[in-house]
Amino acid sequence: MNGSKRGAARLRLAGLLGPGFLWILLFFNIPLVIVLFISFVERGRAGGIQLPPVYTLSNYVQLFNACASEFSGPECNPFLYLGIFGHSVRIGLLVTFWCILAGYPLAYFISTRNPRWRDTLMLLVIIPFWTNFLVRTYALKSVLATEGLANNFLMNLGLIDAPLDLLFNEFAVVLGLVYGYLPFAVLPMYASIEKFDHTLMEAASDLGAPPRRAFWRIMLPMTLPGVVAALVLVFVPVVGAFITPDIMGGGKVEMIGTLINRQFGVARNWPFGSSISLILMLLVLIGVIAYFRSGGEDARRAL
Amino acid sequence: MGKRRAFPSPIRLSAHSFFRRSMPDTIAIELRDVTKRFPNPAGGEVTAVNRASLEIRDGEFFSLLGPSGCGKTTSLRMIAGFELPTEGEIFIHGKEMSQVAAYKRPVNTVFQQYALFPHMTIGQNVAFGLEMKGVARAERDRRVSETLELVRLPGMEKRKPKQLSGGQQQRVALARALVNRPEVLLLDEPLGALDLKLRKEMQLELKTLQREVGITFIYVTHDQEEALTMSDRIAVMSDGLILQVGEPEDIYETPGSKFVADFIGETNFLDGEVLAQDGEKVDVRLGSAGIVHTFADRNFEAGQRVTVAVRPEKLRLNAPLETGNNIAGVAEEIIYIGTDSHYGIRLADGQFLRAREQNVTRGSKSICSTGDRVTVSFTRTAARVLTE
Repeated sequence: MNGSKRGAARLRLAGLLGPGFLWILLFFNIPLVIVLFISFVERGRAGGIQLPPVYTLSNYVQLFNACASEFSGPECNPFLYLGIFGHSVRIGLLVTFWCILAGYPLAYFISTRNPRWRDTLMLLVIIPFWTNFLVRTYALKSVLATEGLANNFLMNLGLIDAPLDLLFNEFAVVLGLVYGYLPFAVLPMYASIEKFDHTLMEAASDLGAPPRRAFWRIMLPMTLPGVVAALVLVFVPVVGAFITPDIMGGGKVEMIGTLINRQFGVARNWPFGSSISLILMLLVLIGVIAYFRSGGEDARRAL
Repeated sequence: MGKRRAFPSPIRLSAHSFFRRSMPDTIAIELRDVTKRFPNPAGGEVTAVNRASLEIRDGEFFSLLGPSGCGKTTSLRMIAGFELPTEGEIFIHGKEMSQVAAYKRPVNTVFQQYALFPHMTIGQNVAFGLEMKGVARAERDRRVSETLELVRLPGMEKRKPKQLSGGQQQRVALARALVNRPEVLLLDEPLGALDLKLRKEMQLELKTLQREVGITFIYVTHDQEEALTMSDRIAVMSDGLILQVGEPEDIYETPGSKFVADFIGETNFLDGEVLAQDGEKVDVRLGSAGIVHTFADRNFEAGQRVTVAVRPEKLRLNAPLETGNNIAGVAEEIIYIGTDSHYGIRLADGQFLRAREQNVTRGSKSICSTGDRVTVSFTRTAARVLTE
């Protein structure tokens, strides 16, 4: 009797956990193994992979030495792909920096309003989320265009004589990404700052700390988990972003995301696309582990 | 190296040389017609403090006493610099500072919930003020350990606030403020979060500490007993107004208003009308219950409605006085609580009185039983005429 009861409990547990497990397994773990497999075989003549599979390390070698490719010309740059990695990380850091710099005061401002206003303001931060990402990005593109809102406005004011090149460059990509990912920075920082006891700032002031010193010594260290969470939540997706650099960069700004996209698309080089994806994953994984190691319990809770 | 005592006593002679001894009879803090208005979320304004004027002397243990919302905390926060007065001036040792930022004022605060920095050690917490002042490391460490000894927490530098009990955190908060040798120490209901036993202990300890370091303490509390126990002088506040300032005994024995008489200790209020006045001496008729002879510090007209205040412990039952008041009543309830007995007495005109007698020889039974007619007696000085 006891045994059958336990059996029923197990069955119920399996029923509850099963769908989730199956989902992760089918649509995440198995595909990941497939990507891993593809990254170690040669490409097929017309895309896909060579069948039967021919195992090779060339997809990884190519990443570190672009001239190892069969298509490389005489004036090839061996660091082409590493450069794109570096460039992506640079853009990722820039975007994260601006998101935190703009998001922290915003989160602070919202968290110090009275509760009724707080909810309304947070809603205003979140609402753009509900608009399609592509629509938002194209809208921003039209604002920055040569005949766009920004240029017309500046010219009407007489601040500039000729339209500025606001689009299809790194500036546009960074702006687009900051615009898209700002809420990801605001939310965790808001959670941290909202919990912060502002009496501590009074205590610091009471003990002779001018506002700026009180911020660096008391408020920032205590809200750091939120800042680090914002850092991870913005940096990780931005490094791998491909829609925004594609639209805002107009194909002139290459990032890891656009590179991967090209390998699976026009270049028809699945194995190389797979190896880049995996290296990107590895980089992000190392970053996140380092974050957990440094932040400990607080950091885990902030995420 | 100084020797560290295993059980440091709260009274340490070195404290006298360590802290600046205040000059007696100089004014440490002066409030001049200070008003603070806050915008009301529902519209309009709320006056938290209304034209408050105060002089607090150097070395005094001064309490701001009143119920919650009376403006005592706002007053303290204006002295600290966390709030700026809407009108009026605040002088700290003669310097007008009402609009000066908190971090530039020579005062320190002990917060109600301590407000210790949770990410710092006790040592770093206590050293914070010295660090802000740019005191050198070695000097800082020395003063931190000295002050931690003073509050009887020697060698706690490496701990985090979370690892300490409420009472210990309280002492750290005290040390963090005292280490800066402030001209005035502000304490915002610092014992509010402690349990009763610890509270009583800390009351005595704070008082001892204050005498020892000689720093002016301004102490905010809603606990009248606490204020009476610790203070040199008390300001009683209500609705943003300072009602009365005086030594504990003056406040208790000669309250200036019904509010003060009621808020501090227990008081009987008897309604009556003025019969005759001769200087400070006033006779008041309590309807059919008779006439009582009292004192007042103001002039009344004959027939004016007034209230006579008399404290329960000043009443004697069935022990008539030759000179004084003797009025008749009926003992309606008697509560025996060991050391004392409490009596509820109904007067002839229907007014109710509470009396308290120590059970000096035997219990209440030797005095009266429920339903007995009794004589309630008290001296002229025990009663006061109050109007507002």
